[in-house]
Amino acid sequence: MSDIVEKTLTALPGLFLQNQSVGGPTAAKASFSSRLGGLVRGITALTSKHEEEKLIQQELNNLKATVSAPTTTLKMMKECMVRLIYCEMLGYDASFGYIHAIKLAQQGNLLEKRVGYLAVSLFLHESHELLLLLVNTVVKDLQSTNLVEVCMALTVVSQIFPREMIPAVLPLIEDKLQHSKEIIRRKAVLALYKFYLIAPNQVQHIHVKFRKALCDRDVGVMAASLHIYFRMIKENSSAYKDLTGSFVTILKQVVGGKLPVDFNYHSVPAPWLQIQLLRILGLLGKDDQRTSELMYDVLDESLRRAELNHNVTYAILFECVHTVYSIYPKSELLEKAAKCIGKFVLSPKINLKYLGLKALTYVIQQDPTLALQHQMTIIECLDHPDPIIKRETLELLYRITNAQNITVIVQKMLEYLQQSKEEYIIVNLVGKIAELAEKYLLVAFGNVLVLNTVDTYAPDNAWFIQTMNAVFSVGGDVMHPDIPNNFLRLLAEGFDDETENHQLRLYAVQSYLTLLDVENVFYPQRFLQVMSWVLGEYSYLLNKETPEEVITKLYKLLMNDSISSETKAWIIAAVTKLTPQAHSSNIVERLIQEFTTSLDTSLRQLAFELKHLHENVKLMKSLLPIDKSCEDMVVDASLSFLDGFVAEELTQGAAPYKPHHQRQEEKLSQEKVLNFEPYGLSFSSSGFTGRQSPAGISLGSDISGNSTETGLKETNGLKLEGIKKLWGKEGYLPKKESKTGDETEAPPVPQESIIMENGDQTVTKKDQSQVLTQSKEEKEKQLLASSLFVGLGSESTINLLGKADTVSHKFRRKSKIKETKSEETTTDQNIICSSFSSSSNVTYEEDYCLDNLQDRGDKELKKFSLSSELLDSESLTELPLVEKISNCRLSTPSLFADNNMEVFHPPQATAASVANEISLASSLLEETSEHIHSDLMEVCNNETISMSSYKIWKDDCLLVVWSVFNKSGLELKSANLEIAPAENFKITEQPECCLPVIEAESTKNFQYSVQMEKPFAEGNLSGFITYQVMDTHSVQLEFSVNLSLLDFIRPLKISTEDFGKLWLSFANDVKQNVKMSESQAALSSTLKALQQELRLHVVDIIGNEGLLACQLLPSFPCLLHFRVHGDILALWFRSSCSTLPDYLLYQCQKVMEGS
Amino acid sequence: SEDTQQQITRETFHLVSKRDENVCNFLEGGLLIGGSDNKLIYRHYATLYFVFCVDSSESELGILDLIQVFVETLDKCFENVCELDLIFHVDKTNMNDIVTQIDAQNKLEQSENVNLPEIPRNIDTGDISIKVPNLLSFKEKI
Repeated sequence: MSDIVEKTLTALPGLFLQNQSVGGPTAAKASFSSRLGGLVRGITALTSKHEEEKLIQQELNNLKATVSAPTTTLKMMKECMVRLIYCEMLGYDASFGYIHAIKLAQQGNLLEKRVGYLAVSLFLHESHELLLLLVNTVVKDLQSTNLVEVCMALTVVSQIFPREMIPAVLPLIEDKLQHSKEIIRRKAVLALYKFYLIAPNQVQHIHVKFRKALCDRDVGVMAASLHIYFRMIKENSSAYKDLTGSFVTILKQVVGGKLPVDFNYHSVPAPWLQIQLLRILGLLGKDDQRTSELMYDVLDESLRRAELNHNVTYAILFECVHTVYSIYPKSELLEKAAKCIGKFVLSPKINLKYLGLKALTYVIQQDPTLALQHQMTIIECLDHPDPIIKRETLELLYRITNAQNITVIVQKMLEYLQQSKEEYIIVNLVGKIAELAEKYLLVAFGNVLVLNTVDTYAPDNAWFIQTMNAVFSVGGDVMHPDIPNNFLRLLAEGFDDETENHQLRLYAVQSYLTLLDVENVFYPQRFLQVMSWVLGEYSYLLNKETPEEVITKLYKLLMNDSISSETKAWIIAAVTKLTPQAHSSNIVERLIQEFTTSLDTSLRQLAFELKHLHENVKLMKSLLPIDKSCEDMVVDASLSFLDGFVAEELTQGAAPYKPHHQRQEEKLSQEKVLNFEPYGLSFSSSGFTGRQSPAGISLGSDISGNSTETGLKETNGLKLEGIKKLWGKEGYLPKKESKTGDETEAPPVPQESIIMENGDQTVTKKDQSQVLTQSKEEKEKQLLASSLFVGLGSESTINLLGKADTVSHKFRRKSKIKETKSEETTTDQNIICSSFSSSSNVTYEEDYCLDNLQDRGDKELKKFSLSSELLDSESLTELPLVEKISNCRLSTPSLFADNNMEVFHPPQATAASVANEISLASSLLEETSEHIHSDLMEVCNNETISMSSYKIWKDDCLLVVWSVFNKSGLELKSANLEIAPAENFKITEQPECCLPVIEAESTKNFQYSVQMEKPFAEGNLSGFITYQVMDTHSVQLEFSVNLSLLDFIRPLKISTEDFGKLWLSFANDVKQNVKMSESQAALSSTLKALQQELRLHVVDIIGNEGLLACQLLPSFPCLLHFRVHGDILALWFRSSCSTLPDYLLYQCQKVMEGS
Repeated sequence: SEDTQQQITRETFHLVSKRDENVCNFLEGGLLIGGSDNKLIYRHYATLYFVFCVDSSESELGILDLIQVFVETLDKCFENVCELDLIFHVDKTNMNDIVTQIDAQNKLEQSENVNLPEIPRNIDTGDISIKVPNLLSFKEKI
C-alpha cells in the first residue's frame, strides 16, 4: 500500500507541472484557466478604479450564479474558487463562495481538495463560524490511507483550526507522530505547535511526545519540534534545563557539518536551525552559570566557524553575540562577541549596521565601553539619511543617558521628533523624552542638594519645563495620558526642597503665560489642560501679574472656538480657583453669564457652581485654599445629617436601603428558583432569601456609621470636575522614597569632583591637539561625541579592578530590583570619569585615579559583593518529588511523627551532603513538626556556606525557611538575608531574622511568610544573602525558590449544605470531561488521590458524585463537583476567583494522569 | 477584517516604495501592524517587493535570506520567474505553500519539493504582499 502511495506522491509534481505550463488537456480546463487570465488582463487594461469595481462586480455576479448552479462540476468549481480568491484579494467581498470552498475541500479529488483547502485557509479567519463545518472533513482526511490527503489535512489544521474543536482531532494527530513517513511526523509536530500556540492547556499531556520528536532520526521533525521548545522555554526555562545537553549536541553536529548536504544554504549548514538553537540556548543559560558552562564550547565554535562573508553567516553571528551576552558571562566569549559587534557596526552594509546598533543597544547596559569605542560611528548614524537607522541610534542613546549628557540627547530626540510624522513614532519618542526629563530632574535635584557642582550640561528647572513644553506641543493629543498626569503630579507633590519647588512652579507659570500671549498659535488640547491646571494652582506665586490678568487670559482662551469642551471645563475650573484671589470680578461675572446658558451640560454645571460659590466668598476661600492640591479635606460623606429624614421615611413604611450588590444577589437567587442544576434542590430559594434578608435590613444611621471611614478620605477636589482625581497619594509615595534613598545612596566625595575637572581637561586637551589635523566638521562631531558620551568612561575604570567588573555585570543582570540603585552608582562613577576612553586617556586617568579607585573598589565590593551563585537545577527538578513525599505524609499523619527524621535523607544525596543535611535537619524549626512541610532542598552553596530551603504549608500562609549552614571553621559576620520583592507575593519577615553572627559549623534559619496577592500559576522568589568572613570583604550569594499556586491551596472544610449554598454564589465556572483509566474507575480512589496531591477537602460522596472544596490563600474558595458516567469523569469547578478553576483543572488532570 | 487587510497592504506599499536603495531592509512597526514587536522586512526585485512581517522571535537577517530562498524557489518553479507568472498562477504558485514549505523544512533549500501538494507550515505571523505598481496587489495571510 505505502508503495502505491509513494508512487502517487512522486508522480504528482509532474502532473502539476504539466497543468501549469502546458495548460489543461481538456478543452474545458483551457477555457477556464484562460478565464482567470482574461480577468487579470481585463483588469490590467482598465484605467480607473471605478471601472475595476464594475468589472469585478460583474465577475462576482457571474461567479455567484455559477457556484450556486446545481450543474456546476467540481472541476468548474475549482476554477471558480481561483477567481474568487483573486477577487477577494483585491478587496472585494466574496463571502458567498466561502461555503462552496468548504464543500470543495470535502468532496473533490486530490487537486480540487487542495484548492478547496487553500481557498478556505485564505477566506476564513480563526474564529469564523463556517470553520466548524470543516472539522469533519479534516477528521476524515486524517484517517485517510492516502498520504497526500493526510498531509493536506495536517496542513490546514496547522494553518487555521477552531480552538474548541481541538479535542476532536488531537488523538488522530498524536497517532501521526508515530507515522513511518517523516513528512507526516513533521506536519503532525507543526500541527501540535499550532495547538500549543492557541490552547497550551490542551497539549500539556503530550510533552513526552515532544521529547520523542526532538530525538527523531529525521532532521526535519527534530527541527519542527524546536519551534515548540522555543515557545515553552521562553515561558518557563527552568523546566527544560535538562535538555540543554541535547540542544548543545545538536548544535555541535550542525556546526560541525554532520547534516546532509541538502541542508546547506550557500555552503552554510542549516543556518536557520542554528539560529533557532542559539536562541534556545540563550534562554536556557540566562542567569544560570551551570547551564551556561555547558554551552561555552559550542558558542566559541560557532563564533569561530561563522567567518564566511555571506549574509546568512552574519545572521548566525548576530544570534551568537546575542546568546553570549544573555547567558552567564564568560570574559573570553564576551571579548570575541564585542569584536563581532564591532564588525557589524563598522560594516558599510546598512543592514549590518542596523543590527550592530541593535546589538549595542542591548549590550550597552552591561558594557558601556563598547559604545565609547564606536562613538564616532554612532554620531554618523545620528545623521544618517535612513530614518530607521536614526531611530535605532536614538534608542541606543536613550539607554546610555545620564545626568550629564541628557540635555544633548534630549535635544537630538526632539529634533528627530519634529521631523517625524508617524503617530506611532511620536507616541513612542514623546514617552521616552518625558521619562528621561522627569527621571533626571530628580537626579538633578539630588545633585544640586548634595554636590552643588557647576555643570553646564546638567538639567535644571528651566530646561525641564521647556522640554516638557516641547513634548506637550509635539506629542499633543496622541501621547499617553500618563505623561501629563505624571508631570502635574511632579509639580504638585514637589520635592523636599521648598525653594526648588517654588522656582519650578513659578517658571512653569511664567512660561505658560508667555506661550498664551503668542497670537495665532494652536496648542494641543492636553497641553492647554496642563496649562490651565498649573495656572489655576500656582498663579499666586506671581509677583507682577495679578490674578485678574491671568483670569483675563484664561477667559480669552475660553472664548476660542478651537477648544474642546473638556478643555473648557479645565479652564473654568482654573478660573474658579483663581476667583477668590482676585479683587474685581467683572470677567468672572461675564463668564458666569455666558456659560450658565451653555448648551453643554457639564460646562453649565461648572458655571452654576462657580456662580453660587461666587456669592459666598468666605465659603469659596475655605473651599479653594491656595497650594493645597495635595492635601485631603474632611467631608462628611456619610451624609449623617440625613439620618432624621431616613428614620422618618422608615417609620412611614418605606423599604430599607439595600446596597447594590445585595440587590443583585437577591435578584440572582430569585432567578435560580427554576434551576435544575445539581444542588438547586438542596435548599429552597425562600430559605436562601430568608437567610439574607435579616442582614439586609439596614437603618440609615447604620449606613452612615459604616461609611464614615471612607468618607473621611474623600477630598473636596472631586467637586472640581475631577482634576484632583489625578492625584492618588498612593503610587507616588514609593517613588519618593526611592528618591530619598538615592540621595543617601549617592556619596558625594569631594575628591570626585576634582577628578571630574581633570577629566574635562583631558578632553579639551585632546580636542586641541586634534584641531590641527581635523576638518571643522570632524571637530564638531568630536564635540558632539564628547557631550554625548560624557560619563560613560566609568566602566573602563572599573575594568582596572578586574574582579569588580564582572561582579557589577552580574549584579545588574541579576537583580532588577536593585536597578535603580546600581544606576545611581553608575551615575556616581560617571561623575568621576567624564571623559571618553581613548587608551591614552585611560592610562592618564589611571595615574590620577588609582588611589581613589582603590577606595572605590572596596566600596564597590561591599555594595555588590562577590557572588558565586549556584542554582541547583537538579533540586529544582526534584520539586515535584518532594511534594509527593510530603503529600504522602498528609495522608498518614500518624506515621509522619515517627518518620520525621528520616524524610530528610533523599536517596540520591551524596555522602557529604547527607552529613550536611543531618546537621541541618536537626536544626529544623520546632514549628516544622506541627505542620506539613517539604524536604530540605539545597538552593545554593559556596566554599563557606551552604543554603537550603524548605516550605511549611501553614494553615493561613506559606512559610519559607532558608537554612544557612556555615561549613567553614570561621565565624561569619553581619549575615543578612534579603528577599527580592516579587510582584505576586507579599513577603513578611518573621522576627529574629537578621543574625549578626553565624558561628563556625552551625546553622541559622531565616524565616519568611509568603502571602499571595494575585493568583498566578508559577512564581519565583529570589534573593541573596550577604555575609562577611573575618572582617574582610563581604560575600553575596544569590538563590531562588520556585513557588506554585499549589503551595497556597488549603483544604476548605465545609459541610455539604454549605457547599450547596456557596456553589450558587460563585460566578466563575469551568467544566471538562476527562476519560478515566481502568485503575481510576472508583470515584473514591480518584478523590483520595486528589486529596493527597492537591490538598483538597473531600466534602461528600453521593452515589456517583463527589464534592470537594479547597481555598486559595488568603481567601479564594473553589468548589469542585465530580460525576462519573461510565468511564467519563465530568469535572465541574466553581470559584469566586476567575483564574483558579482553570489552574485546578490542569492540576487535577495531571494528578489523574499520574496515578 | 477585509478593510484593515487592504489598509495594511496599502500602507506597507507606501512605506516600502518610498525607501531608497541605500537604506536598510528593515522597517519598524507602526500601529497598524501591531506595535513595536513586529517589523517589516522586505526585499526588492525589479518591480516586485517581497515583504514579510515578523515579530521579535525571528532573526532579521535570517528572514532576508528566507526571501531569497523563496524567490529562488519561484524561479526554479517557473524558469525565470517574473511578476506575470505570479499573477496568472495564483493557484499554482500559492505563496502559502511555498513559504511554509520552506519555512517548515526549517528553511532549507529543497525547492524540488515545492510542487508537492502538501503544505507544511510554520506559524509565523507574517504577511506577504506582492505589489505590482498601479493596479494589482495581492496579499496573503500566512
